Amino acid sequence: MAAHLSYGRVNLNVLREAVRRELREFLDKCAGSKAIVWDEYLTGPFGLIAQYSLLKEHEVEKMFTLKGSRLPAADVKNIIFFVRPRLELMDIIAENVLSEDRRGPARDFHILFVPRRSLLCEQRLKDLGVLGSFIHREEYSLDLIPFDGDLLSMESEGAFKECYLESDQTSLYHAAKGLMTLQALYGTIPQIFGKGECARQVANMMIRMKREFTGSQNSVFPVFDNLLLLDRNVDLLTPLATQLTYEGLIDEIYGIQNSYVKLPPEKFAPKKQGDGGKDLPTEAKKLQLNSAEELYAEIRDKNFNAVGSVLSKKAKVISAAFEERHNAKTVGEIKQFVSQLPHMQAARGSLANHTSIAELIKDVTTSEDFFDKLTVEQEFMSGIDTDKVNGYIEDCIAQKHSLIKVLRLVCLQSVCNSGLKQKVLDYYKREILQAERLVLQTYGYEHILTLHNLEKAGLLKPQMGGRNNYPTIRKTLRLWMDDVNEQNPTDISYVYSGYAPLSVRLAQLLSRPGWRSIEEVLRILPGPHFEERQPLPTGLQKKRQPGENRITLIFFLGGVTFAEVAALRFLSQLEDGGTEYVIATTKLMNGATWIESLMEKPV
Amino acid sequence: MDCYTANWNPLGDSAFYRKYELYSMDWDLKEELRDCLVAAAPYGGPIALLRNPWRKEKAASVRPVLDIYSASGMPLASLLWKSGPVVSLGWSAEEELLCVQEDGVVLVYGLHGDFRRHFSMGNEVLQNRVLDARIFHTEFGSGVAILTGAHRFTLSANVGDLKLRRMPEVPGLQSAPSCWTTLCQDRVAHILLAVGPDLYLLDHATCSTVTPPGLAPGVSSFLQMAVSFTYRHLALFTDTGYIWMGTASLKEKLCEFNCNIRAPPKQMVWCSRPRSKERAVVVAWEKRLMVVGDAPESIQFVLDEDSYLVPELDGVRIFSRSIHEFLHEVPVASEEIFKIASMAPGALLLEAQKEYEKESQKADEYLREIQELGQLTQAVQQCIEAAGHEHRPDMQKSLLRAASFGKCFLDRFPPDGFVRMCQDLRVLNAIRDYHIGIPLTYSQYKQLTIQVLLDRLVLRRLYPLAIQICEYLRLPEVQGVSRILAHWACYKVQQKDVSDEDVARAINQKLGDTPGVSYSDIAARAYGCGRTELAIKLLEYEPRSGEQVPLLLKMKRSKLALSKAIESGDTDLVFTVLLHLKNELNRGDFFMTLRNQPMALSLYRQFCKHQELETLKDLYNQDDNHQELGSFHIRASYAAEEATEDQMRLLRLQRRLEDELGGQFLDLSLHDTVTTLILGGHNKRAEQLARDFRIPDKRLWWLKLTALADLEDWEELEKFSKSKKSPIGYLPFVEICMKQHNKYEAKKYASRVGPEQKVKALLLVGDVAQAADVAIERRNEAELSLVLSHCTGATDGATADKIQRARAQAQKK
Repeated sequence: MAAHLSYGRVNLNVLREAVRRELREFLDKCAGSKAIVWDEYLTGPFGLIAQYSLLKEHEVEKMFTLKGSRLPAADVKNIIFFVRPRLELMDIIAENVLSEDRRGPARDFHILFVPRRSLLCEQRLKDLGVLGSFIHREEYSLDLIPFDGDLLSMESEGAFKECYLESDQTSLYHAAKGLMTLQALYGTIPQIFGKGECARQVANMMIRMKREFTGSQNSVFPVFDNLLLLDRNVDLLTPLATQLTYEGLIDEIYGIQNSYVKLPPEKFAPKKQGDGGKDLPTEAKKLQLNSAEELYAEIRDKNFNAVGSVLSKKAKVISAAFEERHNAKTVGEIKQFVSQLPHMQAARGSLANHTSIAELIKDVTTSEDFFDKLTVEQEFMSGIDTDKVNGYIEDCIAQKHSLIKVLRLVCLQSVCNSGLKQKVLDYYKREILQAERLVLQTYGYEHILTLHNLEKAGLLKPQMGGRNNYPTIRKTLRLWMDDVNEQNPTDISYVYSGYAPLSVRLAQLLSRPGWRSIEEVLRILPGPHFEERQPLPTGLQKKRQPGENRITLIFFLGGVTFAEVAALRFLSQLEDGGTEYVIATTKLMNGATWIESLMEKPV
Repeated sequence: MDCYTANWNPLGDSAFYRKYELYSMDWDLKEELRDCLVAAAPYGGPIALLRNPWRKEKAASVRPVLDIYSASGMPLASLLWKSGPVVSLGWSAEEELLCVQEDGVVLVYGLHGDFRRHFSMGNEVLQNRVLDARIFHTEFGSGVAILTGAHRFTLSANVGDLKLRRMPEVPGLQSAPSCWTTLCQDRVAHILLAVGPDLYLLDHATCSTVTPPGLAPGVSSFLQMAVSFTYRHLALFTDTGYIWMGTASLKEKLCEFNCNIRAPPKQMVWCSRPRSKERAVVVAWEKRLMVVGDAPESIQFVLDEDSYLVPELDGVRIFSRSIHEFLHEVPVASEEIFKIASMAPGALLLEAQKEYEKESQKADEYLREIQELGQLTQAVQQCIEAAGHEHRPDMQKSLLRAASFGKCFLDRFPPDGFVRMCQDLRVLNAIRDYHIGIPLTYSQYKQLTIQVLLDRLVLRRLYPLAIQICEYLRLPEVQGVSRILAHWACYKVQQKDVSDEDVARAINQKLGDTPGVSYSDIAARAYGCGRTELAIKLLEYEPRSGEQVPLLLKMKRSKLALSKAIESGDTDLVFTVLLHLKNELNRGDFFMTLRNQPMALSLYRQFCKHQELETLKDLYNQDDNHQELGSFHIRASYAAEEATEDQMRLLRLQRRLEDELGGQFLDLSLHDTVTTLILGGHNKRAEQLARDFRIPDKRLWWLKLTALADLEDWEELEKFSKSKKSPIGYLPFVEICMKQHNKYEAKKYASRVGPEQKVKALLLVGDVAQAADVAIERRNEAELSLVLSHCTGATDGATADKIQRARAQAQKK
């Protein structure tokens, strides 16, 4: 069912099984038939852990979305609320419970906090007079959710905003807890590296939590050699640029959520002869994207320009395989052919899907506007004309392109110039505000505040001290590579067709030759860099076989893009790389969702 | 060896009883036991004596003394009794001493004479006084049953969870029952009482008369009754000197016995054990002790001193001023081995081992004999089992030695039974030592479990011994050593004469980071004793903030709690403390506290944003945070539909426009206002507005362009394009015309597009040939490829060739 999680060097299925077990144990505590009332936000992440069938096996008969007033009628013994610990949700729950009390047979209420029980919320329930109605109040520590064989995410949308704008460490605390869970299953990680303020805090919390658990000596043989904690604000640049890997582009254009993407259905209409174009499906085509699909695993991390040739090669191979049937003469040969059929058909279906997706993407990437935008981005990243008002951006504002797109470009320019000159910054701000200044209530004041938020997060800011550090960083870390090979990459810069993601470069340099070589640049980047050791009992110390790669767990605090993931996978696959990576993050994101999370929403 | 069975007394054909000494008592009693209220806890528990009870009508000026001793007579506590007259004493299952006063109040004391709590048995009891009381044990805990002066019974089955039950009245009862007892059947406590020749059974609703089956005639009253340890059997002693023994359900008779003594016995208790062959009752008079069962003869002992009987699971303890003894039925394994002329495999093995030690060849003979019968395994097991039932270590040793000897001749005999017995005996011998004074038998020990035994050692403050046992038995730290250390620490914090620093240091030194020790539990205990400072010091050692913070809050150290919560990084904890602080402090102090804790402050701001907007404003005000205050006002003003100055201006203007021109203007953005004006043909107005609000030229052009194209007002568009040089170039004109599918208009502008974008423009209008010419002229490789990619139709063949040629030429150069 989740075999793709066990393909990697670290079997993440162990984690998935552990959280499933915990869920089953909780459900069994509430004997009898059950209805689950979901905090809507949780349904996506839960889908990766447990399908409905698992819930059904444990007598879950109904599922509702958490809403105000009364619960829909359900003839069940238990009603279980699955919620994040948020005060506003507690109010809704109380409303539900109180209106339920007044009618019908008594039933048992339970509450499952994800990922953590909260005194604050329980106090609120108590104030509302319903705390006593809950028989079981428990927590379900679903911090890190396995997305793929080498990828874990907390799917905490607000993490970046909370950490960098609101100095709210909640998600850092959850991250630290998640790392503790991971260590309980995969052994203590002997070395912790980090860069950034939040990284430092998470490391501190981990050390503290370790002290709390002194009772249970961890006797699991360590799987990970290193942990690298990276603040997103160490590398604000990368997510702003448009990702150019296959998976990255799917995400940029259609948005991948909890490993699912919804695509326009027209391209996926079954091609039948005769009634072509008659009854086109109107519902979006939903596809799951992960390495369980062989073809996807092969192309997801390639530069989009290299995807076409792989697809056509695959097409030839598959049709050749189907042609084989003409060569099958004996019964034995035919039998063998038939036995391969299901696999071949699956491959053909997968090929058809991805050919359609590639066509959809190609329509976008070949458009004039995409090209112009990319040109501007690449100019900025290679350091051209970052210090004056950019004509393309001006045009975008004037033509009222999406605000997110405009902000993303302006921020990119700001980051590539270590902040904009005051004059340039003011000009952009005025332009944006005028273009967007609407009195309509649904839209409006928040843009002043959005700009303010971006400024606070360091994405859009005036240049301090008139110095532009970006060129130094770019040169030392070799962030811009002119001779990029998109087809057969030799460097991580292929994921952005020229730009090598800063975050991944830091990871690469850490594994070889070590950060000491780039002390200077590290000092320019925000936040402290540090190293901690967690001593292991002698019996658990690892003796590496010659030629065996190290395994580094790299945790992006504040989000990671698919392109960065692709770059790390590229490093893992390098023959003489010496390090394989498992990636964890607070949220899988791209520039658009990131900027959106920072935009002020009407209260 | 001959004398080993000397103290065995046969009862009937099948069973032997033996009595052996546990201790010679260490106490120095001045009074006779008969002058005291006595209570001894089962499972080798402590003995309580309350001297000078009130019934002796002595001078009231002398306060009675309550003494508590271990089973070996070591004094544990002694205190002057200052409360009211006591009717009865008894021990609870947790080894707490319950003292039932005449007024129905029950005082509870610890093993060391420390007062724990008290509770009352109700008003009815208070009014009618207590005539008699019993403490009894059920599977739920310990209960108290009371007979009041009005001859009514009140009971509580569990003093831990006090629920008083008043039992129904016995009809026509005039005087106190001659004897009574509590029974426990089907998890419910009953009372059986005897009045004259009648027996009554009370449950919580009814009173019924019962008759024991097969009771001999001529009984005019019952003098004594006894229930067995497990509530399964009942014995009745009548005024004719006749003893009836049967099941407690009174449905079956086991046997009867006539002892011909009509004097009421002082005590009567059952003496049996699990899987006993014989069920017997021990009856004690002043100078005589009698064991009776299903046999014509009884066993008789002479009592030299005033003695007291304590029923146990597998026998009876008997103590007097000078000696403490144990009387029980000889267990099967011991009987098999030691019975005179026994040929049981165990007996032979014991013999064989002895001969072996004497280096005699007889050892081999005995061994062969066992082996020939194939009973060696059984023999070893018998020896191991018998060792468990021996009190004297030398006997234990010789039996174990025999077992070990036998084991050598067995293949694959599982060793755990032997090892476990050795360990158990070592533990038992240690606690039986008179310094400790817990004379548990092997069966009692197994019934009690090691965990409870450890608890009892802890209760006696025998921490080192408990820890040694844990270490010896290799119990997991959390269950064993840590638990005991935690208890020790809890005791330590109650030592009020030691300073806070010393106690904290001593505790930390001993406990260190021992896993499973909860410093917060210890701190809670310290706080309970009123030592807040000590509690705070102890909490410093607590690594789990989730435990630390709530206790600090409870102790009203909110500020310390806040910094601890922040340290932990657990925001939920921080919030909890914040809300606590908010209620505790006045607003000013609260804000000041926040100011010193930036993280708490920012969290609180988030909280306020969602929950208390007004507070947020005050917060910003206090911080002089103008930026945030500004943002706040923006939010607030929009919420109140007020507008900033610029917007006011826009609104006024829009209102005027509506008045003058009609149509909808209000609530449009500036952009949309301009667009609407253009769409309505009010070009002048639009330009004026743009000037007033400093809209850049470029944008105005874009706006106008889009608006006119939407109107498809091509004439106006052309006029507009010629009004002056376009700041946005002419490519957008081409694009927008093409968007409206007006190729004709688009071509007009294509010619005016600057050279940089000309190729693009020409391609847009579909003029591939001309695009090619321009590209060739400009010698621009990228443009050439672009044009080439547009050469799709058949007609473009020539153009494609042309480009290829141009390319080839360019390469030559």
